[in-house]
Amino acid sequence: MTREPAELFKAACGGDRRATGRLLSLVERGGADGDLVAQIAWPKTGGAHVVGVTGAPGVGKSTLVDRMAAAAIAEGGRVAILAVDPSSPLTGGAILGDRVRMNSALGAPAGKSPFIRSMASRGQSGGLALAALGAVRVLDAVGHDPIIVETVGTGQVEVDVVNAADTVVVAVSPGWGDAVQANKAGLLELADVFAVNKSDRPGAADARRDLELMLDLGDHPDWRPPIVETTATAGEGVEALWKHVCSHRLHLLETHSLEARRGGRAAEEVRRHLHNRIDGLIARPSEQVRQLIREVTEGLRPPSEAAQTILRSQPPGDSP
Amino acid sequence: MPNRRWCEELTEHPLRIVLAKLGFDGHDRGIKVVARMLRDVGFEVIYLGLRQSTDTVLAAAEQEDADAVGLSIHNGGHMTLAPRMVNTLREAGVGIPVVVGGIVPAVDVPLLLEEGVAAVLGPGASAAEVGETIRSAVEAARADVD
Ligand SMILES: Nc1nc2c(ncn2[C@@H]2O[C@H](COP(=O)(O)OP(=O)(O)OP(=O)(O)O)[C@@H](O)[C@H]2O)c(=O)[nH]1
Ligand SMILES: [Mg+2]
Repeated sequence: MTREPAELFKAACGGDRRATGRLLSLVERGGADGDLVAQIAWPKTGGAHVVGVTGAPGVGKSTLVDRMAAAAIAEGGRVAILAVDPSSPLTGGAILGDRVRMNSALGAPAGKSPFIRSMASRGQSGGLALAALGAVRVLDAVGHDPIIVETVGTGQVEVDVVNAADTVVVAVSPGWGDAVQANKAGLLELADVFAVNKSDRPGAADARRDLELMLDLGDHPDWRPPIVETTATAGEGVEALWKHVCSHRLHLLETHSLEARRGGRAAEEVRRHLHNRIDGLIARPSEQVRQLIREVTEGLRPPSEAAQTILRSQPPGDSP
Repeated sequence: MPNRRWCEELTEHPLRIVLAKLGFDGHDRGIKVVARMLRDVGFEVIYLGLRQSTDTVLAAAEQEDADAVGLSIHNGGHMTLAPRMVNTLREAGVGIPVVVGGIVPAVDVPLLLEEGVAAVLGPGASAAEVGETIRSAVEAARADVD
C-alpha cells in the first residue's frame, strides 16, 4: 500500500491515476518526500503547455476549464486540471467545489477523461504557489499535456500561481464590476487571452469594448491579447477560445519567448524556496536561533546582526 | 485554531473527503450543510454534488487522494447504493472508509455496517460528532492497511 515515490512515479507514468494522486499529495505536503518526488519528476518536465485560468469568483472559470479540456481532449490531449481554492483561515478546512462543473468529459473513453485535482491553499503564504508549481511539474512529468490551472483571481498568491503559466486566460463577465475587480487585482495585465464569459447576458459587447479600449492604451508589439466571447454553459465560443490559447503557445515557441517566460519563473521559484526555508528557521527555531532572538529582545544586538549570524551559520544542504 | 490542530495531530495535513450524492436523489441542501460543517472542523471537502455514480466517486477519490468518501442519501436507496460504493472502492483496491449521512432507518444501520460502511450519521449529528466519526473511520482504515 505505502509505495515509494520512485515506484509511484513509474506507475503514474503508466497511467495509474491513483499513483499520480498520491504523488501530488507528497509534493503538496513538501518535506523530504516532496523533495524526492520533485527530483524524480524534474528530468521529465517542460513538455506540457501550462494554461492558467483566472477571474473573479463565479465568473464561470470551472465551466470554461471543463469545456476547454473537452476541446483539448478532442485534439488528442492528455489533459490535467488543477483547481486551486482558498482554505478557511480559521479552521484550515476548505470546500473544493470546482469539480461540480467539470462533468462534460465524464463520458470520454476510459483514460481520456481529464485528470482533475483540487488543491486548497492551506494558508501558507508562499507555499501555495510552490505546491501548485510542484503539482504542475508532476502532472507534466507523468505525461499530461495540456495542464489547465484554475485559480480565483483575488489574492496575490493566486495571481502568482497563474503567472507561472505559459498562457494566461483571464475570464470576465458582462458588467463593469468584474472588469474593475480584475483591474484592481492586476489581472488584466496578466492576460494573454480574454474570455468575456456569460455572453448570453446583456452587456457582453460593452465588456469587449472596455477591454479593447484598455488594450489600446497599452503597448503590444508582438501579441495583442485576443478577446473571445463565450457562453461556457452552452460551450459557445469555447472552441475559438481554445484555438487562441493554442496560437499563443505557437507564438511563444516561434518567438522563442517560452524560454524567457520560464526563465523568469525559475528565478521566482528559487526565491520562494529560499523564502520557505528562511521562514522555517524562525517557525521551527533551533537553540541557536532562539538564543539570538532572546538577545535581540534583551537589546544585546540589533535584529539585522542576528539575521546575518543565522544566515552565515546555515550548513549547506540543511533543509529545515 | 483548535480544530485545525485536531486534524493535523493525526495526519499532519487536513483530511480530504469526497462528498457526493449518488443517482437521482433530490436537492443538494443537506449535502451543502455537511460540506460546510466538515470545512469548519478542518476537512478539505472535495464536493461533487448531485447525480454522481460510483465510478465518478471512485475516480475523484483516486485523483484527489482522498482519505474518505461521504455519501449523502435521502431517497431510501442506502441499502443498494452504499454497499455498491463500498464494493467499487474495494475492487479498485482503494482502502478508504465510506461514511453515510442522511435518512437511514435505525434497523438498517447494522446491516450497512455489515456491508462494509464505516459509519452512519443521522441528520441530528453535530459538526464535532461528524468530524470525529470520520476521523476515527480514517484511523481504523489506516490501521487495517498497515
Ligand atoms: N448564464 C451563464 N451562466 C454561466 C456561464 N458560465 C458559467 N455560468 C454559471 O455561473 C456559475 C458559476 O460557474 P463556475 O464555473 O462554477 O464559476 P467559477 O468562476 O469557477 O466559480 P468559483 O470557482 O467559485 O470562483 C454556475 O452556476 C454556472 O452554471 C455562462 O456562460 N452563462
Ligand atoms: Mg471554479
